[in-house]
Amino acid sequence: MVVYGHAQPTTPWSPATGSLRPRLQSAVIPDDSTDTTVATVVGKPFSVIDEFNSWRKQPELAEAVAAIRALAAVIRNCEATTMMELEIELKKASDSLKSGDTTSISLTAGCDLFMRYVTRTSALEYEDFDSAKSRLIERAEKFGEISCKARRIIAMLSQDFIFDGCTILVHGFSRVVFEVLKTAAQSKKLFRVFCTEGRPDRSGLRLSNELAKLDVPVKLLIDSAVAYTMDEVDMVFVGADGVVESGGIINMMGTFQIALVAHSMNKPVYVAAESYKFARLYPLDQKDMVPALCPIDFGVPIPSKVEVETSARDYTPPQYLTLLFTDLGVLTPSVVSDELIQLYL
Amino acid sequence: MDPRRAPRTVSDPKVRKVGFFTDPPDRSLPGPPNHPISSFPTSPPSTVDNSPPSAGNSLSPVMIPPPRHSSSILSPLRRDPPEFFPLPASPTASTTFSDDVASTMKGRGVAAASSSLPGGLLFDIAASSVPASGLTTVSVVNNLPIEKGGGVAVEMQDDQSSRSKSLKEKTTKAERRALQEAQRAAKATAKAEDGKTPAAASGAAASVKSGKSVKPPPSQKNDSAALAALEKKAGDRPPEKDRKKEVPQPRMQFDDKSRVEKAKRRAVVKQTEARNRVELFRHLPQYERGTQRTELQSKFFELDPVHPAVYKVGLQYLYGDICGSNARCIAMLQAFQEAIKDYSTPSEKTLARDLTAKIGSYLSFLIECRPLSISMGNAIRFLKNRIAKLPLTLSELEAKATLRSDIDRFINEKIILADKVIVKHAVTKISDGDVLLTYGSPSAVEMVLLHAHELGKQFRVVVVDSRPKLEGQLLLHRLVGKGINCTYTHVNAISYIMHEVTRVFLGASSVLSNGTVYSKVGTACVAMVAHAFRVPVLVCCEAYKFHERVQLDSLCSNELGDPDVISKIHGREDINFLDGSTNSENLQLLNLIYDATPSDYISMIITDYGMVPPTSVPVIVRDYRREHLWI
Repeated sequence: MVVYGHAQPTTPWSPATGSLRPRLQSAVIPDDSTDTTVATVVGKPFSVIDEFNSWRKQPELAEAVAAIRALAAVIRNCEATTMMELEIELKKASDSLKSGDTTSISLTAGCDLFMRYVTRTSALEYEDFDSAKSRLIERAEKFGEISCKARRIIAMLSQDFIFDGCTILVHGFSRVVFEVLKTAAQSKKLFRVFCTEGRPDRSGLRLSNELAKLDVPVKLLIDSAVAYTMDEVDMVFVGADGVVESGGIINMMGTFQIALVAHSMNKPVYVAAESYKFARLYPLDQKDMVPALCPIDFGVPIPSKVEVETSARDYTPPQYLTLLFTDLGVLTPSVVSDELIQLYL
Repeated sequence: MDPRRAPRTVSDPKVRKVGFFTDPPDRSLPGPPNHPISSFPTSPPSTVDNSPPSAGNSLSPVMIPPPRHSSSILSPLRRDPPEFFPLPASPTASTTFSDDVASTMKGRGVAAASSSLPGGLLFDIAASSVPASGLTTVSVVNNLPIEKGGGVAVEMQDDQSSRSKSLKEKTTKAERRALQEAQRAAKATAKAEDGKTPAAASGAAASVKSGKSVKPPPSQKNDSAALAALEKKAGDRPPEKDRKKEVPQPRMQFDDKSRVEKAKRRAVVKQTEARNRVELFRHLPQYERGTQRTELQSKFFELDPVHPAVYKVGLQYLYGDICGSNARCIAMLQAFQEAIKDYSTPSEKTLARDLTAKIGSYLSFLIECRPLSISMGNAIRFLKNRIAKLPLTLSELEAKATLRSDIDRFINEKIILADKVIVKHAVTKISDGDVLLTYGSPSAVEMVLLHAHELGKQFRVVVVDSRPKLEGQLLLHRLVGKGINCTYTHVNAISYIMHEVTRVFLGASSVLSNGTVYSKVGTACVAMVAHAFRVPVLVCCEAYKFHERVQLDSLCSNELGDPDVISKIHGREDINFLDGSTNSENLQLLNLIYDATPSDYISMIITDYGMVPPTSVPVIVRDYRREHLWI
């Protein structure tokens, strides 16, 4: 599989299309013949899906960040000569990426935000197409940078909230939360972590393994034991699949339950989420979302008459959340809508 | 400060005493010491004689803390003006005016003098003896039926005089007031530049005073009264000016008698205030409805300043033919469009200023028919802004065409297209099997329901209605006509029906900056019951109705409707238990039009900017008001 030279964040690119063309054409032929997942964008030698897949090969990269990088590559490799055409191409690429996984909120949100961020610039008024295009690429790269570095920024911001001797409850395996805990452990803070099992995908077990490798004292709980242990807990840390406009979050099934228990026992609930996860959704209740199902293995056969609730996500309303740690800073839930308004309107 | 406040004694349960007041406990009927005016400045110098506070004016329940100088200095001034005030409102009540021309001339002359003095609120009080407004409508006011105006003045005087009579002797009061007036006149004399003023002032003061049928003051005290007024003004002017600069013009509070009188003098339509009013809502205007209508109809051919289109809209407001903030706003803007079309700039005047003044006069007429809603206020701000921004190089025809197209664009973008966007967002929140509840007859919600029905969604609607307007019946009629399953109930059954409801859709007259929804009375009840049942509440409101005001309760700013409709039910003449008791002292009827729903009970606000939580309203007001509203 040909790996494009775009694996690095920034590639030297010259406005003259002459220098670009040879590279594309050399890369085109092997790609079209060997790759079965041809881009849905007909007639284009450059496939955004491939780009996306290549970015996803890096294990630490979030899905949305890979999509953002892929879209940035689309702009770079675009052969359009007018701004309108460029935007249409970008929109098509974004739609094809989103259709790959319709249940992923962060992917959708990331693509939409990228589109808005990049095209919302007065550079589009320039008469010279090339300079406008270079400006777009600049913004796209910047957005990609921010998204990549988001986790580190969030980890730094949250260090003030973890004090020596505290007990943190985490739910599910969020790479952002893991980064937060890793940074805290590396700065020699003494704390212990309660990990929920995280059925049905057992993500809690994976997280506890990772934390044990960092020499952080970890205690594993089954999901039902959260209320039992909430007295000993100082704070709850969760990640988010998406942050919605009301300030609430959509996350792995069980987050709402934990937030309710924590709220009734006056424990703070902190959410670590990158800013590209801000989505223009506004669920009114649990059923108001795009359903995402995950099959559950009970270990014993279930009779067919019995229904199983297989939803993989739930929605936590903003009144149960204390603070959001994002790369834009430490925010209260009501600020999410302000940010979205400023970006979208 | 007094070391210990006098114990509170309840004299009249109707009068709620709120705030600080220093009443000596040995009075027979301790009433509020003075007649508070909200922006009352520090007390005047000591030339005013000391006299114990009288309880003559227990009209306003809300007191302000008396200043550090004793309250006694304030009281005579505060007390007497109310008796004094009814006069300027009806100068024609006096029989000594030979003709109207003379009175208007005097009014104008004095107005010239008064306008030369810096405007201050206290000045209004002090110079209440002189009509402070030199507007052309003064002559119109003078043409009004004399009996009515005089009747009102006399009645009000009777109220106050009877109350004061019961508490104090007449002579001392008359003497004190005479002294006051004399001081005021002397003040006006000392301050005025030209010599015409003292004559005019004293003349007006004398004529006004002689017009008073109850207590004729001696005319030789003019000078001292003017002097007192003058000194008081001098002391008060600097704080007034500073205050006026920082603080925005407060809304008209109708328990402030001086300003009410001033407004009455300027009024195009002569209205009689309703007499039996609830104490808590004294700060809101309430007029006798019957007199309003006959007044307006009789003056149709006399109202030159008012364009016929505006007059028609005003009458429609008065009779309640146009209801709902969108409809009212559109009607008003279209009337203004007509008025602008027929407008022609008088010579030697700029279009911008003259047109703004004309719009202002139309507005005062419309306000007298029915107080403005917040959406109308925003539209007016937009219009005035557009007028002010007209380039000077435009010819009159071009300017008028520009303005008319601006108004068209405003109506189209901010109301009609905004409604379409709201409908598009809101139907995504309606799913099959929903039971939707709505209250009253909000235009935006009706469009949402009809559109969702067209899209083929299966849902049913619960329409909640309330007296006295019963607007829900119109909505019910239209929905059933389109084939939507509906349930109809009144607001007293709201907790009974709420358990089967999945979503609540409400309309709004306005959304304020702290997320409070200001809407028809009863909306707050519905929202709170929905919240208790954990049913999401969605408010559909166009963004042009947002306002940067903050309101914490439904009392400080509201509108009072006609109280008679509460006691009577249309079509059921046999229910007449309250006939005859509407004027009794123990019964006050209250018909509130609006109420304020706190933001905690609202789940989402659907605007043309999308679906936002109530906490984001100030962001929209702050960031987009400038760009988008006043393009």
